[in-house]
Amino acid sequence: MSSPASTPSRRRGKRGRGSNPSTPQDARSPPSQKRRTDDSTSTGDLQPMPTSPPADAQSPGAADALFSSPPQFRHSAIPLDFDISSPLTYGTPSSRVEGTPRSGARGTPVRQRPDLGSVRKARQVDLHSDGLAEDIVATEQSLGQKLVIWGTDVNVASCKEKFQRFLQRFIDPLDKEDEDIGLDLNEPRYMQRLQEINMVGEPFLNVNCDHLRSFDENLYRQLVCYPQEVIPTFDMAANEIFFDRYPDSILEHQIQVRPYNALKTRNMRNLNPEDIDQLITISGMVIRSSQLIPEMQEAFFRCQVCAFTTRVEIDRGRIAEPSVCKNCNTTHSMALIHNRSMFSDKQMIKLQESPEDMPAGQTPHTVALFAHNDLVDKVQPGDRVNVTGIYRAVPIRVNPRVSSVKSVYRTHIDVIHYRKTDSKRLHGVDEETEQKRFTEERVELLKELSKKADIYERLALALAPSIYEHEDIKKGILLQLFGGSRKDFTHTGRGNFRAEINILLCGDPGTSKSQLLQYVYNLVPRGQYTSGKGSSAVGLTAYVMKDPETRQLVLQTGALVLSDNGICCIDEFDKMNESTRSVLHEVMEQQTLSIAKAGIICQLNARTSILAAANPIESQWNPKKTTIENIQLPHTLLSRFDLIFLMLDPRDEAYDRRLARHLVSLYYQSEEKMEEEYMDMAVLRDYIAYARSYVNPRLGEEAGQALIEAYVDMRKIGSGRGMVSAYPRQLESLIRLAEAHAKVRFSDKVETVDVEEAKRLHREALKQSATDPKTGIVDISILTTGMSATARKRKEELAQALRKLIQSKGKAPSLKYQQLLDDLRAQSDIAVTKEMFEEALRALADEDFLTVTGKTVRLL
Amino acid sequence: MPCVGDWLNSPLSIVQGIFAQNAPNSDWEKKVTEYFKEKLKENNATNWVPSLNDVPVHYLKPNSLVKFRCMVQDMFDPEFYMGVYETVDPNTNARVLHFGKYRDVAECGPQQEIDLNSPQTVTSERQTFYCVPVPGESAWVKEISFLTEPARVSPSTSYTPSRHKRSYEEDEDMDLHPSKQKEQHMACKSCFSGSGGDIHGCVEPKRLETEASAGHHVISPNCSPPLDLNFPLPGEKGPACLVKIYESWESFKVNDVLEVFGVLSVDPVLSIVNSEERDSSSLDPMECMDTMEEQRVHSPPASLVPRIHVILAQKLQHINPLLPACLNEEESKTCEFVSNFMSELSPVRAELLGFLTHALLGDSLAAEYLILHLISTVYGRRDVLPLGKFTVNLSGCPRSSAFTEHLYRLIQQLVPASYHLRMSIESMNHSRFTPHKDYTANRLVSGLLQLASNTSLVIDETQLEQGQLDTAGVHNVTALGNLITWQKVDYDFNYHRMEFPCNINVLITSEGRSLLPSDCQVHLQPQIIPPNMEEYMSSLLTAVLPSVLNKFRIYLSLLRLLDYSISDEVTKAVEEDFVEMRKNNPESVTADDLHKMLLVARFLSLSAGQTTLSRERWLRAKQLEALRKARLQQQQCVNGNEL
Repeated sequence: MSSPASTPSRRRGKRGRGSNPSTPQDARSPPSQKRRTDDSTSTGDLQPMPTSPPADAQSPGAADALFSSPPQFRHSAIPLDFDISSPLTYGTPSSRVEGTPRSGARGTPVRQRPDLGSVRKARQVDLHSDGLAEDIVATEQSLGQKLVIWGTDVNVASCKEKFQRFLQRFIDPLDKEDEDIGLDLNEPRYMQRLQEINMVGEPFLNVNCDHLRSFDENLYRQLVCYPQEVIPTFDMAANEIFFDRYPDSILEHQIQVRPYNALKTRNMRNLNPEDIDQLITISGMVIRSSQLIPEMQEAFFRCQVCAFTTRVEIDRGRIAEPSVCKNCNTTHSMALIHNRSMFSDKQMIKLQESPEDMPAGQTPHTVALFAHNDLVDKVQPGDRVNVTGIYRAVPIRVNPRVSSVKSVYRTHIDVIHYRKTDSKRLHGVDEETEQKRFTEERVELLKELSKKADIYERLALALAPSIYEHEDIKKGILLQLFGGSRKDFTHTGRGNFRAEINILLCGDPGTSKSQLLQYVYNLVPRGQYTSGKGSSAVGLTAYVMKDPETRQLVLQTGALVLSDNGICCIDEFDKMNESTRSVLHEVMEQQTLSIAKAGIICQLNARTSILAAANPIESQWNPKKTTIENIQLPHTLLSRFDLIFLMLDPRDEAYDRRLARHLVSLYYQSEEKMEEEYMDMAVLRDYIAYARSYVNPRLGEEAGQALIEAYVDMRKIGSGRGMVSAYPRQLESLIRLAEAHAKVRFSDKVETVDVEEAKRLHREALKQSATDPKTGIVDISILTTGMSATARKRKEELAQALRKLIQSKGKAPSLKYQQLLDDLRAQSDIAVTKEMFEEALRALADEDFLTVTGKTVRLL
Repeated sequence: MPCVGDWLNSPLSIVQGIFAQNAPNSDWEKKVTEYFKEKLKENNATNWVPSLNDVPVHYLKPNSLVKFRCMVQDMFDPEFYMGVYETVDPNTNARVLHFGKYRDVAECGPQQEIDLNSPQTVTSERQTFYCVPVPGESAWVKEISFLTEPARVSPSTSYTPSRHKRSYEEDEDMDLHPSKQKEQHMACKSCFSGSGGDIHGCVEPKRLETEASAGHHVISPNCSPPLDLNFPLPGEKGPACLVKIYESWESFKVNDVLEVFGVLSVDPVLSIVNSEERDSSSLDPMECMDTMEEQRVHSPPASLVPRIHVILAQKLQHINPLLPACLNEEESKTCEFVSNFMSELSPVRAELLGFLTHALLGDSLAAEYLILHLISTVYGRRDVLPLGKFTVNLSGCPRSSAFTEHLYRLIQQLVPASYHLRMSIESMNHSRFTPHKDYTANRLVSGLLQLASNTSLVIDETQLEQGQLDTAGVHNVTALGNLITWQKVDYDFNYHRMEFPCNINVLITSEGRSLLPSDCQVHLQPQIIPPNMEEYMSSLLTAVLPSVLNKFRIYLSLLRLLDYSISDEVTKAVEEDFVEMRKNNPESVTADDLHKMLLVARFLSLSAGQTTLSRERWLRAKQLEALRKARLQQQQCVNGNEL
């Protein structure tokens, strides 16, 4: 320690960071680095164990005056009646601001901020008297003083001024946040916020650290490094402005500033000793929250002899009980009066690392949070939150009577701000969690990749490289991963248009459908994998459960809701029971889930793409049957799939040869070599994530024209034969596919190429799934009505033939069933099955031509 | 002067010496690890270090160097500790610098105080792993590893513990009567687990021992329920340990098998912490942030769960003591070992085949497949597809005669780690297969399927009766299925699931086709039905010389680690073959079949010590597969006729 400030006579600053704000460069470097180079300082971050309660800076009398309980606390405040340069006035820049009347803060009580710890011990150091660093922070010269809080480079006055300037001037017209509803982006943002506080009466001002950083880098750095000192200063600044503007406003207590989104740390795993006492933001999942703990803030003592009362503040969890009454000098006469002591709410919360941040093969880390006052009970176990707070480490004393301590520190975070990340997911796309953070180089790499001409093919190849060929299917899945653009037509009454692409794979068993599903599930961050056999409607949607502890009803979400904004992979789709499947109808078109159960009626978003795999009903694909007949799925559901692919085992020598080579290579190549050959899964994942969050292509003029043409063409194909081969749903599919393809290219505009590919893929899928096995013609009505147009035509013809046959029989009132069938067979030149015959009878019955009772057919 | 005894008995004094020399410089940490690395390299030095696997904790001296072979069961949160701290004597104001590394308690003399505000203090970070002995470790592994160990270093009586008084007489008498030890160990162990919940923890080992040998079980009347040591498999013994890792802990994963060398810490203060905290918890709100359960789990009594402060740690490729620990090509010693063994490989293989043929009641085809199964290992993953897994379903096992039981015992004699899972409606419904996170205690509660790599899991389906599986049962069966197909286990984190890849050899014995998926089903065709299965099997085992048995063990462990490749030429041939086969009858050979054949070919080549596929092997693999399939078909016919 080289700082002269550490002379033994001086009480050490509570943070003990002893960093010597010697030179401006030094002051600018983050303290972490400082601590690295200057080994003298690193403990400093720990709250020292008090060996004895230090004498407070103020005289006892002054302290007494301050400690009168807030409701009776009335400032006769005269604006600007304080001397800014007096170290005494600003020596204690806590939100408690003992005895510092705020301008205009008339009658609004100050509230302690337990989240910041006991700050009042912070000291200022007059740099002049220190005799060094005369040239510190030039801006302060104007104020004619160089006071900094001990152990930091924070000058209260200049810090306050800067923050006020920030509040008054910060405008970011481009910024868009969910909470910004009703804010005029061209006006100073935080002034509007203050206005809101005036109207709503919630005395908390949330400040986005990102804004602060773009406004004043240095102030941001100070905030992150010395939150304990800087935030109270911010509080003062905000209150001054507020009560200046709204002098008559009545708030519960003075405004507290809550910074959030400090960029310093994102991941719990990255927390290290250097982060102690700094402002950090981490994300995670709440796993446990404790009961409310009343924590004593101020103990009230009364002398049992003379009834003299005094208040003692808690100093790091300990009460220094006065042993002598100051009034009558009796020893050990002071008794604690619980009812008049002050308590604050406190809650302990365990936060666990979110699953996405966990490296493979390791268990998640947890960290303890302390929430105070208003933040108590703001989160429930299971919530995903972003927490901003101050990271603390406290030594554990083995035994209060023994001097040795466990060499381990207890760490926790004092919460300043919570931001739930998943509650919002039910309302709108949460940009914040959606936007994975990409480093500059990564973005560069991805952009570089996107410029490659064959990027589409390349990505398709990178997808599940262990599955051989099936290129079109992989391309389809690739487009599904990217998804279309989200469109909102709420104002025209149609609501959201589905942007997600649904794909059904059907085909022979053993054609690695499941493997493909597994791969996709592993690839996307919010994927769910279920098997049709094992899932019930409840498991897919949501169910209401009574929480055993609180006895309150809780909505537990199922796979479909959980994969909102992701992909839900459903294996063995055909084995799913009817009621379960019916749930999918709503999800697949409206992208919502309606629930009405046990007193909870709600609509959840389930904007999920569905990737399903189905096996043919006869275990082997029967090429003589249509898709519908093969998989026995209702056509209403089938028509909701954008692409339906058949995965068949091709019987072809060249294919076999390639397959064999591919498989053999699997069995001897080393792992490294495999990785070289294909694009890394991580790159692919980033590429998709980037495209999904940053690229939002719109239809170009030409592309629109091309789409129209494509659609008209599709309609035309069938019309010649009296069939309709395309419906508006198919057009929508085309649009989505084209958009997804544009996303693959990172293009903001959908162009003709995209439409071409969409058309090709769509046709490819159709060719496979909607070909009428009898005629070999692509017929969309197989999917939309479950029957090909030719089949329908044939049915009608048969019915007519039957009618003629009956009419030719003359006036017989009833006919024998079997005989009629035989007659029809004899007359017809195609083989008439019993089913066909019955169908024809039914058709005639519908026309009120005849009725069938048992084995006789009656004419009407 | 540091001598052998010193670095073994009081490694901390060595560290202190190095620390004093280089004090403010942070180089000292590196020097310490280098020093110990050097020391352990000396001939057989590692054998001198007492092992926690073998010696009960209370026979070991606190703060001495120990080794421990273990599997990482859970990872706790990182800890911040005082890497360097300063003590100050309030009377003389003398300041002394100490190191906090490798210690749980910041030590200071009776007259000294720790200066928490000292600018010299360095805060560092370390990671705690909860480790258990390798689950399912075979008895022979233990026997062999500790048989070779020379007599333990006699503890120097001059060593005085600085903080607490404990007598170490028993250490001496341990050396005097090495033969008696064993029973005593066992007795003590059971006594320890009996009084597991003893939160005071610091029961005098001496007292314990006497009581234990007198046959009493000490269960203090007011103790909390015994602490669950969280072993993956039921009925496991051995110490669980909190292993504190100081370097590169990111490289270790859950279920890794490690061998650590470190400083043993059983400071009773660690346990006192708990009881103290409980008293003062009402006073200090800081202390109550963990639940009771969490405290119990995260700082259990040191006598029950000792701490090891790791100086050196290494991941183990295998736990077979007959093989050199590290099989990299560079070291000439291992090269020599491998080539020596390779030269006598084919007789060993023939003998092993004979042995297994007998074990499988004279079925040589099944024995062949069993060898292939035993040397299989997941050598890579192509995106989600694990490569190299070879789950064998041995169908047609005789049900009545406890055949599978005895078969398992034989396998146990051959592989370093194994577990016999008897499938029954009850066991499926009531046991926990997948590990799950217990959020109240904040730990990963282990399950049956939390096993180290290359553990042999023998699933006995012959015991399964008709009955209803409940939800837990269905989950367990699904978990087994996932394990077999994808070689991964989904750990349940309550709010989400996490996949942990694994590498477990699964052998299923069943009467008919197993309800679990498998890579290949071999139908057993017994040639002989011995009247007394037990006698038959045990005579089999006694007939094998121990040296031959050891060769089998080396054979199975070593071949698993070999590399393998296929030349272009053979690739072509395989291609041709495949195309040819498909041409005749596309239904008969699918891509799946090719997968299987390639797998069989791979392990067949490896089992003969060949690292490339030859044409002959490929044909042999095809032949084997054909034989196996023919048998299955035949079986189906028989069944068809019967039905």
